[in-house]
Amino acid sequence: MISRREFLQASVAASALYGVSGLGNWSKLAAQQALTQDDLLRFDTFGNVSLIHVTDIHAQLKPIWFREPEFNFGVGDVRGLPPHVTGQDFLNLYNLTPGSRDAYALTYQDFAALGQAYGKMGGMDRIATVVKAIRADRPDAILLDGGDTWHGSMTSYLTQGQDMVNIMNALGVEAMTSHWEWTFGTDRVLDLMGQLNFPFLGQNIYDVEWDEPYEDIPSYTYFDRGGVKVAVIGQAFPYTPIANPRWMFPEFSFGIRDERMQEMVDEVRADGADVVVVLSHNGFDVDRKMASRVSGVDVILTGHTHDALPEPVLVGETLLIASGSHGKFVTRLDLDVRDGRMMGFRHKLIPIFSDVIEPDAEMAAMVDAERAPYQAQLEEVIGQTDSLLYRRGNFAGTWDNLICDAVMSERDTEIAMSPGVRWGSSVMPGENITREDIHNVTSMTYGQVYRTEMTGEFIHTILEDVADNLFNTDPYYQQGGDMVRLGGLAYAIDISKPIGERISGLTLLRTGEALDPARSYTVGGWASVNEGTEGPMIWDVVEEHIRKMGRVSAEPNGSVTVTGI
Amino acid sequence: MLTRRDTIAIGLGASAVALLPVGAYATTTEEAIAAYTGGAEMAEGGVTITAPEIAENGNTVPISVEAPGATEIVLIATGNPTPNVGRFTFGPGSGAPMIATRIRLGRTQDVMAIAKMADGSFASTAVEVKVTIGGCGG
Repeated sequence: MISRREFLQASVAASALYGVSGLGNWSKLAAQQALTQDDLLRFDTFGNVSLIHVTDIHAQLKPIWFREPEFNFGVGDVRGLPPHVTGQDFLNLYNLTPGSRDAYALTYQDFAALGQAYGKMGGMDRIATVVKAIRADRPDAILLDGGDTWHGSMTSYLTQGQDMVNIMNALGVEAMTSHWEWTFGTDRVLDLMGQLNFPFLGQNIYDVEWDEPYEDIPSYTYFDRGGVKVAVIGQAFPYTPIANPRWMFPEFSFGIRDERMQEMVDEVRADGADVVVVLSHNGFDVDRKMASRVSGVDVILTGHTHDALPEPVLVGETLLIASGSHGKFVTRLDLDVRDGRMMGFRHKLIPIFSDVIEPDAEMAAMVDAERAPYQAQLEEVIGQTDSLLYRRGNFAGTWDNLICDAVMSERDTEIAMSPGVRWGSSVMPGENITREDIHNVTSMTYGQVYRTEMTGEFIHTILEDVADNLFNTDPYYQQGGDMVRLGGLAYAIDISKPIGERISGLTLLRTGEALDPARSYTVGGWASVNEGTEGPMIWDVVEEHIRKMGRVSAEPNGSVTVTGI
Repeated sequence: MLTRRDTIAIGLGASAVALLPVGAYATTTEEAIAAYTGGAEMAEGGVTITAPEIAENGNTVPISVEAPGATEIVLIATGNPTPNVGRFTFGPGSGAPMIATRIRLGRTQDVMAIAKMADGSFASTAVEVKVTIGGCGG
């Protein structure tokens, strides 16, 4: 049904069009001259249905720097398979040229240098330009948002998600699903849901008390487009009440619930759907497994794990699409749907190079209006960095090291713990660190920095527990976060082992001694899921630390030794 | 999954459903199984447990079991200090042999269901439910 040639049509825009761009050709001017908006948007309209997918924008209204992961290991059956391919291996797999725009957009190598040439990515005004261009070409294209939209910036925190709801309504989103949205709490989520011009989907969002689908949240919706009935089924992040504070939305239960997903697929098929799309926040490996267990799904628009893949991954006859995060990419997927089935597709992961794509004036004005009340707070310079600050990766990035240093220093602890979230933009070497930059890596509704005591044994238990959420060989037990980041502590991890056997060699860095299981240590951390956690907010702690430092420099600290890869 | 109506229907049939302790002194999973089956062979299949892969709240984990043709279902939390959860019996007026309840799980463990069929034979299945500290997903 789907030929290799159609896969080849699916490569990233710039590589297909421009192939080689010399490593010496790094000046910004040359980069801009070589690539135009038309090049990025060029697409031979195909079939009769177009899907536009954005996901995991994390409330980034403006273009940002975002370094893709250096370490993104897969275990078990998916070891070495996309999206668990990074750096040079990624370039080889997708036939990309080192130093090219695509290499910059999709991998981590030479990020700071390439960033100078190719500029920031994303921005809702640029995304609006792309969406409008696709709709000019295919007026009834369906725009779908995979969630993690309302959370992740200072303005989304201060407006409790209002800025993003306004923007996504204006962008013309036609359905969304959810995860971090829930951290605004039940009342606010229901309030914002009521303001949406489009459905908030989730077949796996249940009423805790009755253990049945929550009646005000639809499982799916239909679109009659191009003479075709398109069903879009929503799948929220299954582990929202575990990875995030359940007490903030105690009325709701989630879970994978793939048996009900099958029921929903059967129901919409019986109701005449010609093509079935799942708008998912499962995470890539969970979606890949779900695709092998649920039949009748044509397309899964994946989310949560922030993977950007220039080609779809095919499981049976189901296409898995991964559209990246933070507004760096928009996916256009054209489908040929005939006789009640998907006959073919054409795919393009459109990189949002903010210096190449013209901002949409209307959306730019709207973004600026949303930010205007907070402009002075956002732009205040707190310090400077001499090194690249980034987070994304299975183990600590330099931002995490700086945050852990801030916690240990400001809260006077021996050890710091920082959550392995996958969101958070980067800051380039030599740049100012603004308050907005700090919020971009810390913003949340439960950011209190606790100070407590934990025994060495308990710390070990936590690390084993979190490692199993990441490296369990059954994707259904993975929660899609990265490893918890540690300050003051070194350890070794064998990712091929089962729970209880992965972590060893825990060493307190300040003494160089092995962590004593029986001794208590002072630990500072943030993002506790426990109700009633007390302490100053993490962004204030980090700001205070950076102010004292003036200039910071955070390097990869090499305190984690990884084996079993 | 159970719908609200099914739950109510099961409630109405309660006259025929009795919740009995399995073996009053059984303290381990092996003892609980032996006490119930008398060491008889247990077939695989014919019993379906629906449970979350990871518990959202270990104190109240929704578990449902279906065993077409069963006259009794015994539920065992293999990793709890007291593994016996309950024995559910189905008489002629009970409707489908299906139960739904919520149980407390002290740690990650297998939840096991044993069905006694009308001919006196046994069938069983087990699923792992993970109980996690959580808090770092992103």
